[in-house]
Amino acid sequence: MLLSTLRNLRARRTTAACRPARAADGDVLLTAEAVTKSYAGADGELPVLSGIDLTVRAGEIVALLGKSGSGKSTLLRCLAGLIPPSTGTVTYRGTPLTGANPGTAMVFQTFALLPWLTVQQNVELGLEARGVPADRRSEAALQAIDLIGLDGFETAYPKELSGGMRQRVGFARALVVEPDVLMMDEPFSALDVLTAENLRGELMELWESGQFPTRAIVVVTHNIEEAVLMADRIIVLGSRPGTIRETFDVALDRPRDRDSTGFEDLIDRVYRTMTGRPKETRLPGRTEALESEKRTVGNTPLPQASVDGLSGLAEMVAHRGGACDLADLAEELGLEIDDVLPLVDSLELLGLGKISEDDLVLTERGTAFAGADVQHSKEIFAEGAADLPLVRLIATSLQQNPDRTLRAGFFRDLLAHHYTSEQVDQQLETATDWGRYAELYAYDAGPREYRRVEPD
Amino acid sequence: MSSFRTSPAVSRKSLPSRLAGRMSRMTWVDIAVAAAVLVLLYMTVRVGQGTTVRFSTSQSAKIDTDPWQLPYYAARSLLRMCVALALSTVFTFVYALAAARSRRLERILIPALDILQSVPVLGFLTVAVAGFVALFPGSMLGLECASVFAIFTSQAWNMAFGFYHSLASLPRELDELSRSFRFTRWMRFWKVELPAGAIGLVWNGMMSFGGGWFFLVASEAISVGNKNFALPGIGSYAGAAIIDGDLGKVGWAILAMTVMVVGVNFFFWRPLTAWIEKFKYEQSEASEIQRSVILDFLRRSHWPHLLGPLLRPLGRGLARAGRIFGIDDRPLTVSPRHRRTGDIAFAVVAGGLILWGLADLLGYLRDRSGLGVFGEPLLLGLATLARVIVVVVGATLVWVPIGVHIGFSPRLTRIAQPLVQVLASFPANFLFPLAVWFFLRTGLSLDVGGVLLMALGAQWYILFNTIAGAMSIPTDLREAMDDLGVRGWQRWRRLILPGIFPSYVTGGITASGGAWNASIVSEIVPFGTTTLTATGLGAYISHATADGNYPRLLAGVAVMSLYVVGLNRLFWRRLHRLAETRYTT
Repeated sequence: MLLSTLRNLRARRTTAACRPARAADGDVLLTAEAVTKSYAGADGELPVLSGIDLTVRAGEIVALLGKSGSGKSTLLRCLAGLIPPSTGTVTYRGTPLTGANPGTAMVFQTFALLPWLTVQQNVELGLEARGVPADRRSEAALQAIDLIGLDGFETAYPKELSGGMRQRVGFARALVVEPDVLMMDEPFSALDVLTAENLRGELMELWESGQFPTRAIVVVTHNIEEAVLMADRIIVLGSRPGTIRETFDVALDRPRDRDSTGFEDLIDRVYRTMTGRPKETRLPGRTEALESEKRTVGNTPLPQASVDGLSGLAEMVAHRGGACDLADLAEELGLEIDDVLPLVDSLELLGLGKISEDDLVLTERGTAFAGADVQHSKEIFAEGAADLPLVRLIATSLQQNPDRTLRAGFFRDLLAHHYTSEQVDQQLETATDWGRYAELYAYDAGPREYRRVEPD
Repeated sequence: MSSFRTSPAVSRKSLPSRLAGRMSRMTWVDIAVAAAVLVLLYMTVRVGQGTTVRFSTSQSAKIDTDPWQLPYYAARSLLRMCVALALSTVFTFVYALAAARSRRLERILIPALDILQSVPVLGFLTVAVAGFVALFPGSMLGLECASVFAIFTSQAWNMAFGFYHSLASLPRELDELSRSFRFTRWMRFWKVELPAGAIGLVWNGMMSFGGGWFFLVASEAISVGNKNFALPGIGSYAGAAIIDGDLGKVGWAILAMTVMVVGVNFFFWRPLTAWIEKFKYEQSEASEIQRSVILDFLRRSHWPHLLGPLLRPLGRGLARAGRIFGIDDRPLTVSPRHRRTGDIAFAVVAGGLILWGLADLLGYLRDRSGLGVFGEPLLLGLATLARVIVVVVGATLVWVPIGVHIGFSPRLTRIAQPLVQVLASFPANFLFPLAVWFFLRTGLSLDVGGVLLMALGAQWYILFNTIAGAMSIPTDLREAMDDLGVRGWQRWRRLILPGIFPSYVTGGITASGGAWNASIVSEIVPFGTTTLTATGLGAYISHATADGNYPRLLAGVAVMSLYVVGLNRLFWRRLHRLAETRYTT
């Protein structure tokens, strides 16, 4: 099948012959209308996605960009028909989905290769599922293996391959079935930087050459540069619940030049959208999202960040004179937005730093925190942490409780009104870590109890 | 050879031409493998013929205790074990798939497994014998079925539960792979789920097979309602030798049994566990690699390459036939009303059936003996419970220090581990006559001696798992303790006991379950003309069996299941949870 397409493709350059089913550029392939997705929580549903409208057309690459927890992978799986949206509809070529999307094939972050099959057998899986006879299957698989640069690895088993080669198998397996839309779920994030760069480059060359067997690509990523390098359209998702915060059309010429001003400019714009607050909650003349007295356990989730990471970042910014450009800092450290943002959010929440324009600036307290010795930095940290809703809740509940101890389950129940059970775990984990470091309370993992700490 | 090439059927690189190419390189390895397969086939046919021999209950099967008959008897026993294993495997697939695929069935099937695992299998043997004999009147086949059934019930639950667990914990991306690429249901099972669960299935099968010998021995010679049934087999041979009081012949039987247990391990399970390594999904997981001389031998032979092309069309045929099961897809939307109606209908039907069965059972018991029949076994259960506790505590005190010592020494582990594995699968009831002979000589009462008999089989699980636990303690932790000068009791309390705890709990659960089952044959043991009896629930069930008193039997088995479930829920499961939350790294 692939073989025939490739022949068609090659022929098309001269004769413009083409399969009738093949969508012309601009034809609508996938649509999502008012899609929401929520999971069961303690009192009702907890939304993960909300009000998503989206169209994927033939000939374009769409990037879904967001922090972890923005529901971007969930949205991809809704489009692929792997999980049902709670409300709203997903259509493929105008037909609403009733099961797995027949026009998509998935490339997985973890590759999802079957280790007991050879490379070629893995690539043939999709054709085998369609009942393609063995000889034609093998022919098409070899073509795809050739196309993706896996020649010579046909009889190898996945465990003999490096990460990059494994993901090539993942690509070949998806491309060989010639889906209309290739779905990629963070396809490069399990690879090291160099390998990812190389594989991404080759994939884009293939796309630009017109030999690409699929008509559109939807790629999920948390890497801004990756999105700008690849996509024709970048859809930035906000968190809790995931909504479309902004859409960027990327008009840069291919192959894209990282050093061009247009490229850098776009990266900065996307960065600002991702680090900034959602427009609706931004008050005129103020950058802080919420005054500390308006913060509640529900509207101020604790970011997933360790105390060591916070101090490390604060010290680094202090070394640079108390302010530095976030994008530059992240690039210098080889970190991605997912690694940096929780730390930045934490510094802001604790009153140790703030975002102005593209820069992270340390506050007075933050500068003191960065320079202090262990005991002193604990005190500064405690001042900030005691103001955080969840930490404050735990500390004051313990003060009021004559037993001096409270079971974690108590707080778990309270949090369940606002978070999924996974998020509850993460919230309590961070609150435990921070509260312990600030010496505001102790926690015993055995009986799962918080304990009041008497001041010395 | 040339005739292959000139054959008109040959075109391209067809099978015969490749065959010819391979044939010329045929080595003694290939010949040995072919001969082994042929012999195996012949033996199966030859031994299998005996199963349809007619007999009448009046004359009862006569067991010839001539030691030269032993190989034939052993082969008959082995055939029973293999048939039971095959049945258990098929059952495992059907049961686990049903539970994993249907949300409704899952709610009934999985708790049912939990209970079935706790039912003392031996208690039901008589019921099974009576049922199967009635099914095949006048033929040995009924007895064969009953014996196979007994072995099956000792293996199937464990295997089904393990496979269900691997189905339920299939990595999410593999599920998505299957649905995103529109695999057929057959492909999902054959290419994804079965390989992903293969390692667990084989190891579980091996353990269950080892446990099965015990039930084989117990089920070959049995008396129901004053009638003696005996199947030609190694268990009944030993039984006959015991009744004759001939220790020499018992010795021969023990030797044959040992050879068989070791042989099956060496020729079947070792190669299988080594081969199954290729189905490891976690690619980073580094554990000791299973090796097998036999597997290396097979791999060096050319048969795998020769058989490959022959089997491939079979695989394709299966895949094509499997298409009738349809595509692996789930409807995205299910109307909540339909779902609720279905749930209610299912609950009503299932609940109704269970209630009806329960009412019928209670009615039966009331008519036959009154519900007071439960009182005595409840009391006797306490005596057996005490014995089980003594067995577990005793085995712990003896074997944990020894197991830790072995586990810390790689050299000792290499020697001891296969040995303990064989000891664990060697049917302890085979050694009972020797123990009873000892009791008779020393005048030890079976009330005390029964503990030793129960321990004979159960203790090895504790030793085996302790060794595994000690091996899993990282060397750098031991070095750190050496460095800090942590020694003696402190070292045990801080490092060794927490380190082996999760493995030990696994061993303890198995040992305690084994001890309960063993009590049925340990609390009443015949030797020559004397029969030793202990006070306990096991003896109660045995008596009920021998008398054909079904109400008492039913009550006894139910109460024992209750004890086992209770002990598991109240004690072992808590330890297990503690091990999982607190003592795993």
